[in-house]
Amino acid sequence: MATSVAGDPQLQHHQAGGARRRRASGGPPERLRVAILGTGNIGTDLLFKVRRSPLLECALFVGRNPDSVGMRTAAALGVPVSDRRIDAIAEQPEQFDLVFDATSAPDAAVHWEVLQALGLPVIDLTPAKLGALCIPALNLADCVGAPNLCMVTCGGQAAVPLARCIVETQPQVDYIEIVSTSASRSVGPATRINIDEYLATTEAAVTRFCGVERCKTILIVNPAEPPIKMQNTVFAKAEEVDLPALRRAVDAMVARIQRYVPGYRLVVPPLHEHGRIAMTVQISGAGDYLPEYAGNLDIITCAAVAAAEETARARLRGAGAAAG
Amino acid sequence: MAQILISDPTLRDGNHAVAHQLTAEQIRRYAAAANAARVPIVEVGHGNGLGASSLQVGEARLGDAEMLAAAREALADVKLGTFALPGFATMRRDLDAAIDAGADVFRVGAHCTEADLTQRHITYLRERGREVYGVLMMCHMAAPERLCEEARKMASYGAQGVIVMDSAGAFQPAELRERIARLVDATGIAVGFHGHDNLALAVANSVAAVEAGATIVDGTARGFGAGAGNTPLEVLVAVLGKLGYETGIELYKALDAAELAEAELVQRLPRTDSVSIVSGLAGVFSGYKGPVARIAREFGVDPRDVFFALGERGVIAGQEDVILEVAATLAQRREAAEVGA
Repeated sequence: MATSVAGDPQLQHHQAGGARRRRASGGPPERLRVAILGTGNIGTDLLFKVRRSPLLECALFVGRNPDSVGMRTAAALGVPVSDRRIDAIAEQPEQFDLVFDATSAPDAAVHWEVLQALGLPVIDLTPAKLGALCIPALNLADCVGAPNLCMVTCGGQAAVPLARCIVETQPQVDYIEIVSTSASRSVGPATRINIDEYLATTEAAVTRFCGVERCKTILIVNPAEPPIKMQNTVFAKAEEVDLPALRRAVDAMVARIQRYVPGYRLVVPPLHEHGRIAMTVQISGAGDYLPEYAGNLDIITCAAVAAAEETARARLRGAGAAAG
Repeated sequence: MAQILISDPTLRDGNHAVAHQLTAEQIRRYAAAANAARVPIVEVGHGNGLGASSLQVGEARLGDAEMLAAAREALADVKLGTFALPGFATMRRDLDAAIDAGADVFRVGAHCTEADLTQRHITYLRERGREVYGVLMMCHMAAPERLCEEARKMASYGAQGVIVMDSAGAFQPAELRERIARLVDATGIAVGFHGHDNLALAVANSVAAVEAGATIVDGTARGFGAGAGNTPLEVLVAVLGKLGYETGIELYKALDAAELAEAELVQRLPRTDSVSIVSGLAGVFSGYKGPVARIAREFGVDPRDVFFALGERGVIAGQEDVILEVAATLAQRREAAEVGA
């Protein structure tokens, strides 16, 4: 049930104001109007990234608890907010070009039924795995126009591109493993309760992008203080390895990911030990919502923004072609 | 005197001591000996539990179901237990397979501050009618209040008891006694203790735990387990008997099982050696001993330095990949120093 927000003028202001203004002016919108569904760690971090994007505009930030930290943060930034969950979007679908879902895997499945019927495209940051898997460094161009994009998981965004470098340079590899470690403070309740979906979706991405059937994902939540930065190690089983070729591929991939995730850094370059290839990356966040350690938020919110911006660019190109 | 439930993870924690290479025959033979001794629960599997065979922790010789099936054949009178860490083990892939393989008792674990990771797994197993205990690992890393809070979460998910694991063998009896007493007061469910012998205190700590109100204690044959080894089961049974606690275990048969384990499972008896003392002082998970020894050799660095560096990083169970990073960093630092000199 949606709770009442009477008495809080900021929370009542849930019409997509900025979008209305642009409509009135006629002409094609120069920014994609997005709604963010989910006001937890991921939704709130995403809000900061969207606000910084020249191609996106947050038309509505939607949750269920008007007193949540995320909701307060958004309201304080002057972002239109609503605590009426999916209804806030379903009642005015023409106000949005795209919806980011940053709730939980079971909720995302319910939301998708509603949004699909309304013809609204969704970029899904939960591990619900409802649409095409998207990792910008690997398949950004293929993702434009997809009705539902699954942003895999934070560990998948960080590690699957490196796994792809392994299979491209070491064709004999038939087993890949990913170990992701995040700081306890950055792992919210939805991620914790959906830990099995997290593992399954990450493994599905390894199979999809690397063509490897045998794979395993491990997720560790570490409570150290001060909090540790998000780390991801990719292992592959291999007796022989062409390390120089792998290193070249990995360096190129790291550079490509750094274009949309600035804090992505190789801390253990590819090495070969005990019949296994190993390498480790660390992700520093931009410190938007949670501090710098929470790179697990940035890796997936930056990827989601990259996917949305690609859609915005495609739409601008389309509009430009129509006008010309 | 009180009844103490002894659970025996020789065939699970012991797998750490042989790089997870226990064979079906070894499992059958030891399970039969434990069955003869009436050890109430025999826990079997990869050292880190279901779904943990990996390049990260070590690949097991046998699959989870094969290990459970081998033990199941030999356990007529006692329960078959298994261990699961969410993050490694999933419900659909691993818990279902263990239920199908005949596991009676499940222990679902998490690092001592992260109990909410176990919620769905504990609930799921209770729905499927299993006996379920929550496990808090590396308990020296949390304050007593926090341990109570996490244990209460596990109780609310349906855990029938909560086990305090001293995974790094870092506790002293006095601090352990306080934690156990507070947990007994706070949870309303059975409280257990699982010791490691890094500082040669596993038996003393187990006695302290029982005196503070713990009613479940883990022990393994000859201490066969990760790092410096676990609390030796045969010593535990003898000491608890001498103190007047009832375990239901036949001492001679427990001694026989220990002899069999030493002869047939153990390559080298776990003991409190230099590296495991440092591991206990640094408060690092006992299972890291084997990989640290190998990787330190490979990178030409001192395994004791690696353990202290891991301790400073605050690593928990399952972060073996950090060993590579730490060893590489130490090796670079040494090379830089040599160049500088």
